[in-house]
Amino acid sequence: MKHLLLGDEAIAQGAIDAGLSGVYAYPGTPSTEITEYIQGAESRKSKDRSSDSKPIQCRWATNEKTAMEAALGMSYMGKRALVCMKHVGMNVCADAFMNAAITGVNGGLIVVAADDPSMHSSQNEQDSRFYAKFAMIPCLEPSNQQEAYDMMGYGFELSERLKTPVLLRVTTRMAHSRAVVETTDTPREQNAMSMPEDVNHFILLPAYAKKNYAELVDLQPVFTAESEQSGYNTYVKGTKPEKAILTTGIAYNYLMENERGESKDKSRKSKESILKITQYPLPEALIEQMVADGLKELLVIEEGQPVVEEMICGMVPSSVLVKGRLTGDLPRMGELTPDSVRAALGMEALPTQEKEAIVVGRPPALCQGCGHRDMYAALNEVAREYPSPRIFGDIGCYTLGALSPFHAIHACVEMGASVTMAKGASDAGQHPAIAVIGDSTFTHSGMTGLLDCVNANANVVVLISDNLTTGMTGGQDSAGTGRLEQICTGIGVAPEHVRVVVPLPKNMEEIKQVLREEIDYPGTSVVIARRECIQTLKRHLKAAKGVESRK
Amino acid sequence: MKKDIILAGVGGQGILSIATVIGEAALEEGLYLKQAEVHGMSQRGGDVQSNLRLSSEPIMSDLIAKGGADLIVSLEPMEALRYVEYLKPDGWIVSSNVPFLNIPNYPELEAVIGRIQAHKNHVLLDVEALAKEAGAPVQAANMVLLGAAIPMLGIDHDKMVAGVKRVFARKGETVVNSNVAAVEAGYQKVIGNW
Repeated sequence: MKHLLLGDEAIAQGAIDAGLSGVYAYPGTPSTEITEYIQGAESRKSKDRSSDSKPIQCRWATNEKTAMEAALGMSYMGKRALVCMKHVGMNVCADAFMNAAITGVNGGLIVVAADDPSMHSSQNEQDSRFYAKFAMIPCLEPSNQQEAYDMMGYGFELSERLKTPVLLRVTTRMAHSRAVVETTDTPREQNAMSMPEDVNHFILLPAYAKKNYAELVDLQPVFTAESEQSGYNTYVKGTKPEKAILTTGIAYNYLMENERGESKDKSRKSKESILKITQYPLPEALIEQMVADGLKELLVIEEGQPVVEEMICGMVPSSVLVKGRLTGDLPRMGELTPDSVRAALGMEALPTQEKEAIVVGRPPALCQGCGHRDMYAALNEVAREYPSPRIFGDIGCYTLGALSPFHAIHACVEMGASVTMAKGASDAGQHPAIAVIGDSTFTHSGMTGLLDCVNANANVVVLISDNLTTGMTGGQDSAGTGRLEQICTGIGVAPEHVRVVVPLPKNMEEIKQVLREEIDYPGTSVVIARRECIQTLKRHLKAAKGVESRK
Repeated sequence: MKKDIILAGVGGQGILSIATVIGEAALEEGLYLKQAEVHGMSQRGGDVQSNLRLSSEPIMSDLIAKGGADLIVSLEPMEALRYVEYLKPDGWIVSSNVPFLNIPNYPELEAVIGRIQAHKNHVLLDVEALAKEAGAPVQAANMVLLGAAIPMLGIDHDKMVAGVKRVFARKGETVVNSNVAAVEAGYQKVIGNW
């Protein structure tokens, strides 16, 4: 069957067709759609009473670490599990991820990292392929939507055969790009439950872990052989093989896009060898062949950091000139474009029109009517009453509070940092030290920081801007909705210092008074500013109307 | 057949629905297709764009090169101009002339319109007024724009209308009919001079 699918959707369908039993994930651009697709498929299945296929667990996890661990638990029981996250999510699950490489797996386990080079919606450009290298496990990096689909079946099979987790790495421009994908007419059934053969393999006492690690080290040549034989890495000798081009993932498309136009473009004359990489570890045998064919110059075109560019220097003779991001042949930062690749290939740019000077930037902004706006309005007015307030922000729609017209926050680093940075600043003597954090971010990784605050009786105000959703990524469920007050008092914040307000213009004076009281209280306070996200509210009202009209 | 199209607008305006309909019609014609878009932060009232590539041959890059686009289809006039570096020298701009004023420093509208008119091949329409005239809600303005772009897209008009019907079928007959009317309104406005 043929479907028009986003790269993310191809991954999701590939997992479903490979007999997936559970997907565990936290929303994060550009990975969110993988889980949403599976949730949609499950929702349709549950309404179709004729369907007898087993359900797939697909509830959103509280964060990427709990997602990774639960997936490992499902794998432990012999079933196939998928973990999905954006690149920075790898940092959150790193402990579980790294040690899953040591325990190994039972049921197949694929971790999908969707990287965001050019930081369209992220704090950095980190390249998840490093994590696979760090953990010493295989990595798949599909070059297009069809490969992304196919690699799910292959990845699960590889994972089970070699008893290793597998990292599958994609980037924005394929995750969020649609193409026609051919899917199987005979999807695979889910695995039955089964215990691991060797229980000790999953107990990482040093005595057992050392044994496991030795096994992992011994598996490295096996992983390399797999990369050489699977067919996912290909070497095509050129007519002038002194020059070669190595591409990883979607970089291949930009190379071939420009190659296709070669006959029309007389400024490109030579025919280089092409080494297409979509599976790691790197295929040493293919690289050796490339060298043996007389390699003198190698252009490495990869999406992300110069991972392969650095590695390959140790795999080819020092007489080979390696070019890429580190030599300035490609921009060091940011995603690849057909234009930057064209330039790296020595081709002339296509004739273009002049940029229009009249165009100005249109940065994203909080929606009109958003509760965060009213929360910031009140916070700013109160903050102005103190000589030097510091407001530590966090990750979400409310990060936009750093921009005009609010300029309300003074820091934003990563998920949950607001709470603990406020504590650290307060430890240093700063007052007021205020944290602004969303509800989903709070349960993701703010709760443990709040416990630190309570235990130290830190003089901080944690302002939870609760819009009852995970907003920036499109309005997914928020793990603690309806229980935030209990969570905070349960953690140990004094009940009289857990305040709830409704961020609306008419409540401005009340909100300001509450903030003043809690800033002046020399201990840990939580102020919850709660009003549903207007986007999710719109959707709920629409859906309710739909139900009404169908009655 | 090869058409590289940049769809542009402001987050929330509905440019992706345009891409969906064109994609639907293109698949019916047996064309290869790739359509790249940006999610996440851009949606919050920021500029959004989609790269839509149609071809009778397999398509490699998901992104369009500078100077490679045959057509910019934009729901907002300044956003149309944002991508002119991607437009072929004789490429078309098909744009709404209704500004989306959510930034304090939006340039003078007359100047923006003037810059679009300075391009040899352009179409400027008040897509919202045309939608209203056709008896469709203002949300169907994106369908008016689609109709106006049909001649430059190289896809048969009837196949495009069939695509509209398929894409919106689940929303019911009223929505389908008003969207088709909106497409026709845009198409009729342009086809006379084509």
